[in-house]
Amino acid sequence: MSAPARRIGDVILKLENISLSFGGVKALSDISLDVREHEIRAIIGPNGAGKSSMLNVINGVYHPSAGSVTFKGNTRKQMRPHEAASQGIARTFQNIALFKGMSVLDNLMTGRTLKMKAGFLSQCLYFGPALREELEHRRKVEEIIDFLQIESIRKTPVGRLPYGLQKRVELGRALAAEPEMLLLDEPMAGMNVEEKQDMCRFILDVNDEFGTTIVLIEHDMGVVMDLSDRVVVLDYGRKIGDGTPDEIRTNQAVIDAYLGVKH
Amino acid sequence: METRGDTFPRLVLEHAQVRGAHTAIREKNLGIWQSWTWAQVADEVRWLACGLASQGFKRGMNLAIVGDNRPRLYWAFAATQSLGGVPVPLYQDAITSEMEYVLNDAEIVFAIVEDQEQVDKLLEIMLRAPRLKRIFHDDTRGMRHYTQAELMSYDRLRELGQQYDREHPGFYAQCVAQTKPEDVSVILYTSGTTGKPKGVCHTHASLIAASRGDVSFDGFTENEEVLSYLPMAWVGDHLFSYAQAMVAGFTVNCPESSETVMIDLREIGPTYYFGPPRVFENLLTQVMIRMDDAAAIKRSMFHYFMGVARRCGTQLMEGKSVPLKDRLLYMLGNMLVYGPLKNVLGMSRIRVAYTGGAAIGPDLYGFYRSLGINLKQLYGQTETAAYVCKQASGQTKLDVVGRPLPGVEVKIAENGEVLVKAPSMLKEYYKRPDATAESITPDGYFMTGDAGFFDADGDLKIIDRAKDVGRLTDGTLFAPQFIENKLKFFSHIKEAVCFGDKTDRACAFINIDMQSVGNWAEKKNISYGGYVDLSSKPEVYALIQECVEKVNADLAADEQLCGSQIKRFLILHKELDADDDELTRTRKVRRGFVAEKYAPLVDALYSDKTSQYIKTQVKFEDGRTGDVEATVRIQNAATHAARRTAA
Repeated sequence: MSAPARRIGDVILKLENISLSFGGVKALSDISLDVREHEIRAIIGPNGAGKSSMLNVINGVYHPSAGSVTFKGNTRKQMRPHEAASQGIARTFQNIALFKGMSVLDNLMTGRTLKMKAGFLSQCLYFGPALREELEHRRKVEEIIDFLQIESIRKTPVGRLPYGLQKRVELGRALAAEPEMLLLDEPMAGMNVEEKQDMCRFILDVNDEFGTTIVLIEHDMGVVMDLSDRVVVLDYGRKIGDGTPDEIRTNQAVIDAYLGVKH
Repeated sequence: METRGDTFPRLVLEHAQVRGAHTAIREKNLGIWQSWTWAQVADEVRWLACGLASQGFKRGMNLAIVGDNRPRLYWAFAATQSLGGVPVPLYQDAITSEMEYVLNDAEIVFAIVEDQEQVDKLLEIMLRAPRLKRIFHDDTRGMRHYTQAELMSYDRLRELGQQYDREHPGFYAQCVAQTKPEDVSVILYTSGTTGKPKGVCHTHASLIAASRGDVSFDGFTENEEVLSYLPMAWVGDHLFSYAQAMVAGFTVNCPESSETVMIDLREIGPTYYFGPPRVFENLLTQVMIRMDDAAAIKRSMFHYFMGVARRCGTQLMEGKSVPLKDRLLYMLGNMLVYGPLKNVLGMSRIRVAYTGGAAIGPDLYGFYRSLGINLKQLYGQTETAAYVCKQASGQTKLDVVGRPLPGVEVKIAENGEVLVKAPSMLKEYYKRPDATAESITPDGYFMTGDAGFFDADGDLKIIDRAKDVGRLTDGTLFAPQFIENKLKFFSHIKEAVCFGDKTDRACAFINIDMQSVGNWAEKKNISYGGYVDLSSKPEVYALIQECVEKVNADLAADEQLCGSQIKRFLILHKELDADDDELTRTRKVRRGFVAEKYAPLVDALYSDKTSQYIKTQVKFEDGRTGDVEATVRIQNAATHAARRTAA
């Protein structure tokens, strides 16, 4: 019914030969993968495969022991989280990391922190540029509230919300930073079917309306296969598959990792 | 205060002249209330009308309006009417098959809808509704890849309209000049509990007459604020948010989304409010749940002052005399409890609130009135533009709907049916001369299908659907639904089915409310093993008997219904269920079916037996069937001699 949605562009993020170890434990060994502009890229794999570590490498929480990260043409051995954020990478967490006592609105406003330019003093006085700036940020945040259809909980403290909605708020906070790339760590974990459907819709809409590149980790195979343009499969810190959902579905190594093999 | 325009488009132009800078409509968007003045509304309506004309919309065509309450959708009514077309609002949550029926029946060519959800529905229906040619949508979200030629955004339509208006000056004024009061102004489809929905055609004249009557009856001015949150396809909303606002020129507020109504209500603080009893009930339930969670001291304060309010609140509002002590306590309560509570409910500024459409329970009615909220009942239906009877301020009785409004003639037919002749009556049912002939008598009365009578004070009392009303063998009027409603107002009673037509006494089946009676039993330390067990407990029978006898006492106060007090009742051993065909999907009892299915129990009610064995089949949720058997006790209830009370 609808015309082909977005045009997938050039490679925006390239990870080359990444290795990461904690003491003697090799979390990631020699992994290379790329993410193209405007695509939805999924990382899947069994528990402990190194999926979250991979995201943490991308946004600079972990520093790989070998390999390089190239984002928008800048290659570096390691990235710091605030650098990643200021270059347009935002993320959500597997275990929700919101300010529980603050309202939804305030939580989303924190997502704008990096965009606030007014000085500390004028912010304290709430005058002149600080006031104008806040109005602008509030407008952007209201657009996100409208987009995610969370008007009715705008002033509700996040801690009082059900889990599914908290996940949505967290997505909202990441969107508030107007990222070019969004890292989603299990956005649908622990949700019921209806909440999952809503979240899928929002992820597709974000990708479609804002052209945001999305890297997501997800366990629900149905969701992954429906949403993603390309999938990478990790197992015990190694890459065992990379390709379109159809290719992954027929990849023997992946089937073995998921279903087990006879020894 | 009122204007004298005789069609809605003319009213818009008049308001733009008389009170051009007065706020006509508001909508909350991105967290901020956006306003449009009457002058701006007149522009918007003109541009939309011109836009529609530029796309080929002509006099005599019908235009569907689908969506939540939005300013642009309200303007679509006026724009369509300006062109001599007829707007047809549809229930936005209707499933596609229902929508398809109405779209085909009303021969819809153009549609203005709210968003993607509705567009998707209409695009699907379009395949089977070949007349539908164009769809205009307000919210473009998620639709940038829709390329269908039939689609156009409202913004684009508005631009084309501005252009058309520039190129054809005088076109709009000429169209408005051609509108006539006797033109059909809207077709409202009745939900139709029996058979397919019927389109009720109202004229400008009938709706404006009804609104003028309402406005002068309650003294509405341009300064009223209302929140329009009811479905646009319902006559209640059309009258309240469109017709009355057009006549009085007051401000209509559109909530941000259907989930934020409570918050928006509080922010707006309307002065005039309308809702079916269900809405008031939900509000009360929310309050009660939150009070249960409150700290002990707040809770006891709440219950103490609500006691005070129940004792004297209504009397104070109606200006009756109240002992000084109560008066002072009520003032204190107003500071500590009622005021803050009304503020939370968004009802601090309410001058008049109406409820209608269904019976309202005494506790519910009393709760709002005791807080000093002037909640009143009205009576009417789609066909009469909800303009038949209204309670006047200061003289409200629970189970009457008030006196006929100015210009309305009400008479009671031989069989007890309420007949209405009013300027607000429908013109006809759309394309259904047979149905029109069936429901309007040759001398011009509309047959409401409701049974009722005037009480000694001249107030109309609606008791039941006319076809359900019967008589006992001694000739007493028997209105099963009226009695059942009274029973169901007790929280312990979930369903009730009354029998009595053509017999010597009224009897009842009762279904207890598992949750409410279960809680009660726990508090009383009564152990039970499930529904069947609980419903047969002597203690539960005593509890229900109390309720039944209270209803009997109520009935005794009414001359006409005194004889239909409940002599014997039983508590059914199973819950009536739609899966077993005992209820309709909208939870109405299928009286005949129940009587047949439980025939041995009905026979036992009319014998001297004190118990009766019965075995019934039940359907489980997974589709399997099983048997439930029980010996059901039958209890006699005390009845009262007829008496006249002031109650």
